[in-house]
Amino acid sequence: MYSLLTAFQNSVGRKILTGVTGIALTGFLIVHLAGNLTLFTIDYSNADNAFNRYAHFLHELGLLLIVAEIGLLAIFLIHAYLGIAIYLRKRKSRPEAYKQFKTRGGASKQGFSSRTMIVTGILLLLFTVSHVNHFKFGPGWSGEAEYTQVVNVGGEETQIRDLSKLVGETFQDPIYVIVYVAIMILLGFHLRHGIWSALQSLGAMNKKLTPVIYAIAGILGILIAIGFLLLPILIYFTV
Amino acid sequence: MSTMTINLKVWRQKNASTPGKLVDYRVEGVSEHMSFLEMFDHLNEQLMKKGEEPVEFDHDCREGICGSCNMVIDGQAHGPQKGTAACQLHMRHYKNEDTITVEPWRATAFPMIRDLVVDRSAFDRIQAAGGYISVNTGAAPDAHAVPVSKEDSDIAFDYAACIGCGACVAACPNASASLFTGAKVAQFARLPQGQVERERRVVRMVEQMEKEGFGDCSNYAECEAVCPMEISIQSIAEMRREYMKAIT
Repeated sequence: MYSLLTAFQNSVGRKILTGVTGIALTGFLIVHLAGNLTLFTIDYSNADNAFNRYAHFLHELGLLLIVAEIGLLAIFLIHAYLGIAIYLRKRKSRPEAYKQFKTRGGASKQGFSSRTMIVTGILLLLFTVSHVNHFKFGPGWSGEAEYTQVVNVGGEETQIRDLSKLVGETFQDPIYVIVYVAIMILLGFHLRHGIWSALQSLGAMNKKLTPVIYAIAGILGILIAIGFLLLPILIYFTV
Repeated sequence: MSTMTINLKVWRQKNASTPGKLVDYRVEGVSEHMSFLEMFDHLNEQLMKKGEEPVEFDHDCREGICGSCNMVIDGQAHGPQKGTAACQLHMRHYKNEDTITVEPWRATAFPMIRDLVVDRSAFDRIQAAGGYISVNTGAAPDAHAVPVSKEDSDIAFDYAACIGCGACVAACPNASASLFTGAKVAQFARLPQGQVERERRVVRMVEQMEKEGFGDCSNYAECEAVCPMEISIQSIAEMRREYMKAIT
């Protein structure tokens, strides 16, 4: 009866789209984290390892990978655009602030994570640009010999990128470790409000389930953040 | 009977085009039995005796069913008490020499009229956009002539308890009207009488909410916490489900 396009033009539609893209991004994070977990098991001095083979496998997907990357970029940009649009509209909706403003507590989910979504979101956006630039388009991307090794893949001698070497080297720098860990803590806060909020935005919520889903979403968000931030710490102290 | 002295900081603003400010008042002789609004009556009597302009504030039933008394008390819509409107808050919750800040609802969609009175007709326009049924209900039907499940009737009744006071908007950090609109949409969606306009109701009410200049919902749930009728944000989730069904 009504077109899907109208959804971009009102608050309910914007919220549903924010939720859908947010859940998709959370799904991506879980897959990304699963890939990263191989880094806990490998020998960094040997380029023939599970992490490099996984990266090579993704790279070999070719067109499929490019389509997936464009899709992911689009989801990321829509999510960021909507977040900023919601924030700007909020400022227009109450131009004169309260002299005194206090949360009632109880059912309220107002707190550090929910009130800082725009700040954590913008920092995550900046981090993602730097992160992709550093790892994906970093040393080895154009086949530099120092970051390339010949490995036997499925019976054939194949040149693959030694991405684990770059990861190992990057986290020798304590400043990089500290910044990375700090950003992952912010990611934890973003997901703490984000995951449950996405479910509420998609209408997957009822009064009895809300406390359970709120708790599970929080635990999931914190686990994802911990998964990502343990790695640089471990590499710094062991590699 | 002992009485208290209360120090008030009240928002005074002549009209929308004049800037307002918090003005200090010392209200003596406040009884613990007074409601918050009676304390304001008491203040206004003292002001009028001195020849000053009384503080304008909205009020009608003074028993928590009309939704007129819109006051943000110490930063919380309707004050610190759970599940009540400002008129149901009594001075027994305060101590002698307490300082209380009182401000109006603040939202672009609720333009300032004077002091603590704002224009909440935006809610009426959202309601008029789709919060009605067109079926001829006729005379009172026999009970159970139209089957409604217990769960639906209970939840629809919870949503129908909304008194349209606007506390949800006032307390929302984004000034969103999602709880009000969600309660109205979800109330009708759960009842057989609401089925005829089900799809166009949610789309029109959501679009009207947008036109009025309310903010987006960020799922802070502050609205549920301050709602004098304790309406759950489940109604907002239901409004979104209704919206998705209507546009797909």
